[in-house]
Amino acid sequence: MTTAQATDTVDQQADFDAVVSAEGRIEPRDWMPDAYRATLVRQIAQHAHSEIIGMQPEANWITRAPSLRRKAILMAKVQDEAGHGLYLYGAAETLDVDRGELLDKLHAGRQRYSSIFNYPTLTWADVGAIGWLVDGAAITNQVPLCRCSYGPYARAMVRICKEESFHQRQGYELLHALSHGTPAQHAMAQDAVDRWWWPSLMMFGPPDDESSHSEQSMAWRIKRHSNDELRQRFVDICVPQAESLGLALPDPDLRWNEERGTHDFGEIDWSEFQQVLRGNGPCNEQRLDQRRTAHENGAWVREAAAAHAAKHSARTSDDAVSGTATGEGAMAG
Amino acid sequence: MFLTGRAADAAVALGDDALVLSHRLGEWAGHAPMLEEEVALANIALDLLGQARFLYSLAGDEDELAYLREERAFRNAQLVERPNGDFASTIARQLYFSSYQELLYTELASAEGELAPLAAKAVKEVAYHRDHAVQWTLRLGDGTAESSRRMQAALTDLWRYTGELFDPVEGLPVDTAALREPWLASVSAVVRQATLTLPDGPDRSGWTAGGGRHGIHTEAFGRMIAEMQHLHRAHPGATW
Ligand SMILES: [Fe+2]
Ligand SMILES: [Fe+2]
Repeated sequence: MTTAQATDTVDQQADFDAVVSAEGRIEPRDWMPDAYRATLVRQIAQHAHSEIIGMQPEANWITRAPSLRRKAILMAKVQDEAGHGLYLYGAAETLDVDRGELLDKLHAGRQRYSSIFNYPTLTWADVGAIGWLVDGAAITNQVPLCRCSYGPYARAMVRICKEESFHQRQGYELLHALSHGTPAQHAMAQDAVDRWWWPSLMMFGPPDDESSHSEQSMAWRIKRHSNDELRQRFVDICVPQAESLGLALPDPDLRWNEERGTHDFGEIDWSEFQQVLRGNGPCNEQRLDQRRTAHENGAWVREAAAAHAAKHSARTSDDAVSGTATGEGAMAG
Repeated sequence: MFLTGRAADAAVALGDDALVLSHRLGEWAGHAPMLEEEVALANIALDLLGQARFLYSLAGDEDELAYLREERAFRNAQLVERPNGDFASTIARQLYFSSYQELLYTELASAEGELAPLAAKAVKEVAYHRDHAVQWTLRLGDGTAESSRRMQAALTDLWRYTGELFDPVEGLPVDTAALREPWLASVSAVVRQATLTLPDGPDRSGWTAGGGRHGIHTEAFGRMIAEMQHLHRAHPGATW
C-alpha cells in the first residue's frame, strides 16, 4: 500500500465513522470497512434465508386450512415471506454478492437460517403460534433494524416490519378463535403455545455474555439492543397477550417483578438451542432437503428463461416475447 | 341474496373450477423454481380463491360448499384437478384454463345476470394469469432443448382434458361451445410462437360419462379433497 492510499483509507474510515455515529446512512456506493460489509452480507443473507425457509412450516398447512378465509390469509402470508426474501436478497446484492451465490451457500450448509424453522408444524394451531410468537419475536428483533446504518437494509426492514405486524395479529387472532372455540380447539391452541414458547425465546440468540458478534455490531449501528434486552421486551409483550388469549405460557417461573418493573422468567434450555443450531433439530435435514430439491428441480426452468432471454435479446425485433420478464435470466446458473 | 336452482349450480361449478385450481397452485408454495414464481403462483392462487369465495357466496355458505361436499358433488372441469406435475405441466394447465376462463368471463361480463359484476372484475385478473402462462410457454418452448421437450409433453398430456371445457354449464348464460373456436385460435397462436405444435390427438378420452361438470372426476381429485377437507370435517360445527 502506498502512503497516498493509506491516507485515503484513513480519511475514508474517518468519514464512515462520522456518518455512522451521527446516525446517518451508509449507501452502496459509499466506502465501508471490509468487516462491516462482511458482517452485513452474513446477517442479511441469514435473514433472507430465514424468510424463504420459513415458508415451509406454514406452507405445510395451506392445503389443509380449515376455512377458505384462513386459507386465503395463510397463502397471502407465505407469499409475503417469499416477497421478504426478494427484498432481502436485493439488499444483499447491493453489497456485490448475488442471490445465486447466497443460495448455493445456504444449500451447502455454509450460511445459516433461523433455527426456529427447524421445528415441525404438527397441528393447525401451530400456524397461529408461529404468527403470534415467531413473527412477534421477529418484529421485536427487527424494528430496531429499521434504523440500521446500512440504508438498503434499513429500508427493506421498514417494508418487512409492516407486513410482519399483520402476520403477528393474524396469528393472534387465529389462536384467539381456537382458544375460544371447542374444547378440542382450545387444547390444540394450548399445545401449540407449549411447544413454540421456548423456541421463540431462543430466537433472540444466546445470552449476552456468550454472544460473539454483538459489540462490534452495536458500534456500527447494525444492532441496537442486546439479545437479553430484546428477549425481555418480548416476554413483557407476550404475557398480557397470552392472558387475553386465555392461554398459559409454559413457564412456572414466569412472574411480574415489581422491583425490576418487568417479568422474571425461567431458565432457557440452551443445550437444546445448541443442538438445533448444530443441525440436530427435528426438521433441519427436511427443510434443507426441500430447499435443495426445489432449487435443483427448478434448474431447467431457470436455464430455459436465461436461454430464451439470450436468444431474444439477440433478435430485438421480436418484441412479443420481451414483455413481462421478471429477471429470471439474472438468476440462472 | 342467494341464487337458487340452476343459476346457483352454475355459480358453484365456476367456483369449483377456481377453488380446485387455487388449491393445486397452493401446493407449489415452497417448491417453485425461483422466488419470483413463489410470488406469481401465489398471486394467481389468491385471485382464484377470491373468485371461488365470491361465487360460493352467491349460492350458500362458502365453507359448507368447499368442505362438506363429497367428490361426486364437485362440478369443476377435470383439467383444473390434474396434479401439478413439473413446472411445464402447471404452465400448460394454466395456459389452457386461463385462455378458457378469459373468454368465458368476457362473455359473462357482457351477459345479463348476477355473475356479470364478478366476471367484469375477474376478467382483469384472468388476463394477468393468461399473460403469465403465455410468457412461460414462450420461454419454455423456445428456451433449451429440455424445456422445449417438457413443454411439448405437458401440452400433449393435458390436451385430452380440454374438450370438456366447452361442454355446457347448466344455468350459465353463455354458449360455452362457441368459445371453442376463439380458444383454439388463441392457444394455437401461442403454441406456434413457442415453436411447439398443438397436439392432434382427441381432446377428451374415448369413453366419458360427462366428466367433471357431471361430478365424474379423476382419481387424484379424491385425494386432493380428502386433504383439503380433513381438518374441517374432523371438528364438526367448529368455527375457525
Ligand atoms: Fe417475513
Ligand atoms: Fe412473517
